[in-house]
Amino acid sequence: MRDSLPMKNTSATPLGAGAKRSTPSGGLQAWLPRLVLAPSVAISLFFVYGFMLWTFVLSLTSSRMLPSYDFVGFGQYARLMANERWWVASTNLMIFGVLFVVICLAIGSLLAILLDQKIRQEGALRTIYLYPMALSFIVTGVVWKWLLNPQLGIQAMVQGWGFESFRFDWIVDPDMAIYTLVIAAVWQASGFVMALFLAGLRGIDDSIIKAAQLDGASLPRIYLRVVMPCLRPVVFSAVMILAHIAIKSFDLVVALTGGGPGYATDLPATFMYAHAFTRAQIGLGSASAMLMLGGVLAILIPYLYSELRSRKHG
Amino acid sequence: MSTLKKTTLALALAGATLATTAQASEVEVLHWWTSGGEARAANVLKELMEAEGYGWQDFAVAGGGGETAMTVLKSRAMSGNPPSAAQIKGPEIQEWGELGLLGDLNGVADAEGWDELLPEVVADIMRHDGQYVAVPVNVHRVNWLWANPEVLEAAGVEMPTTLDELFEAGEAIREAGFVPLAHGGQSWQDATVFESVLLGGQGSEFYQQALVELDPEALGGEQMIDALEDFKRTRELMDEGMPGRDWNVATAMVIEGVAGFQLMGDWAKGEFTAAGLTAGEDYLCAAAPGTEDAFTFNIDSLAMFRVTDDDEREAQQALARLVLEPTFQEAFNLAKGSIPARPDLDMSEFDSCAQQSLADFQRTAEEGGLVPSMAHGMAVRADIQGAIFDVVTNYFNDADMPAEEAAERMVSAAEAASF
Repeated sequence: MRDSLPMKNTSATPLGAGAKRSTPSGGLQAWLPRLVLAPSVAISLFFVYGFMLWTFVLSLTSSRMLPSYDFVGFGQYARLMANERWWVASTNLMIFGVLFVVICLAIGSLLAILLDQKIRQEGALRTIYLYPMALSFIVTGVVWKWLLNPQLGIQAMVQGWGFESFRFDWIVDPDMAIYTLVIAAVWQASGFVMALFLAGLRGIDDSIIKAAQLDGASLPRIYLRVVMPCLRPVVFSAVMILAHIAIKSFDLVVALTGGGPGYATDLPATFMYAHAFTRAQIGLGSASAMLMLGGVLAILIPYLYSELRSRKHG
Repeated sequence: MSTLKKTTLALALAGATLATTAQASEVEVLHWWTSGGEARAANVLKELMEAEGYGWQDFAVAGGGGETAMTVLKSRAMSGNPPSAAQIKGPEIQEWGELGLLGDLNGVADAEGWDELLPEVVADIMRHDGQYVAVPVNVHRVNWLWANPEVLEAAGVEMPTTLDELFEAGEAIREAGFVPLAHGGQSWQDATVFESVLLGGQGSEFYQQALVELDPEALGGEQMIDALEDFKRTRELMDEGMPGRDWNVATAMVIEGVAGFQLMGDWAKGEFTAAGLTAGEDYLCAAAPGTEDAFTFNIDSLAMFRVTDDDEREAQQALARLVLEPTFQEAFNLAKGSIPARPDLDMSEFDSCAQQSLADFQRTAEEGGLVPSMAHGMAVRADIQGAIFDVVTNYFNDADMPAEEAAERMVSAAEAASF
């Protein structure tokens, strides 16, 4: 399209540059990209930002089963702050999010470095590690639910081998259940982080590493001081992707623990769903959704800002 | 380009379907009777409607607790296009009524004499502002204790009739090498056990005060603390694999003889029946310990939305009449494990558990003791129910929380749940 249009233009208007600009097809050419993009811009303005705004408006109302416009100021936020379950959900998100991102990055980069040592069968190994990502969180959740069930899974198996005192019952322990979410999520996502890092490693110029070797740096030192700093953009994308997987985690909780025992593994997303849709408290649910959005922005904006600025300067 | 065409086609088709929904003398019924037996039972109603010349448009939304169906219903109602009838129950009927969306059924109620036919407690739930707006389909009893007779025999115990007997029997069953009480650690199941234990230990009057009227003195009082302590003791009768377990998996433990008892509503009977077992021989049923003079009910009902079209209104009235007619009541409740919503039916087709259920239903309706189930959304609004669930399930799963603290939280849950 792009190549053919100007050719047509010149053949239809052989009178010179000035006349070319004023022809209808020339105007169309200038407007075409905007015209083509307009529907999707309008749709995302309406369905993303419009609905964000609507959610904010609803969070200021006393809406229960259906939206109503009886405004109560920030009353829903005050109720949310007084709600013990909300604090459990927020604390859980902090624990889960931090552990998930950090462990995924650690395991992912380690696997990538190990795979980068020009080993045999790298393709097969890479596929094995990457495969969990192909599963949906629901499948991961169900599989780990069985593995972690003390009467069916790992605990029962090890006890069956004769280690009667072996215990691994985190999923039924309200204090430890949140870490089972981390285990399952890390299992699923670290292979993906590995793939990101591997691609990054392959993109690094060999001569830098050779230069470091000439200077007498050891291999761990080369990776730590030379390679990893080069991978900063990869870390950036990995953190972005992992953080948003963590914050929107919903299906994993539903499949793995159902929010239990009690509501010990509730996350803000499941809290929001329960209140807005099953407990007829749309106002409170909207308030929690707005706080989630606020939390995301509070993390993302400074990070985006610092990363993009340093990239411009560098 | 081809995707665009497909989208246009899909939109056109969707438009066409929407256009046909509003056809006259037809009822569109939103429900979640989608499991095998239930779907067959709903089909009986469809055939009855069609035999009288009305159209039936099925609007089944799968998902056991009806959560998905409710979400669909809300979006339909908000867009100003509700179905003619929907499966709505308990205090939610009042919420829809307050929004002014429900139509009245007074015509058919007068003609059929619903005031005499239905027990007062049931009729109250079906009325909003003195007008009948919904029709009851069935009555489930929640306070049941199910048992495997072989396990009981092996442990040398009888069906318990008080909570103390339940704990004693539980210990004997544990010693015999079985799980005493099958349970699934989901909040609604925790609440189901809680309300049966509370009812068994403290009686139906206290139940009414605390879980229906939400009297703060009852919710935070001595009796509530006792009930909470009894409830926590039932945990000792359960196995550690329970978190997240579905109720029917717990029922299967009783069926397979892994566990002795289960406290669950009479929908559990469907599982026993599906396994080819006979009530009274292969499995036992009794009122939850200490609750033989009480009946916690969970009533499914169809609420009618306000319609402007006369033909559609006529079809609605016919639907309401047919729902309470013996043919449908019998067919539906045999499939569902529940009992008919009208107490005057011949029960010879039903099994011994259902017969006892109906006898208790009539007796408690007259003598008192017929109470709505909190755990199944019959007693309080969804937001308060949710807040109570949170307290109950958190207390049950937290080994360190004292009953006094849970009782205090119960009071604030009832207060703070809504504006």
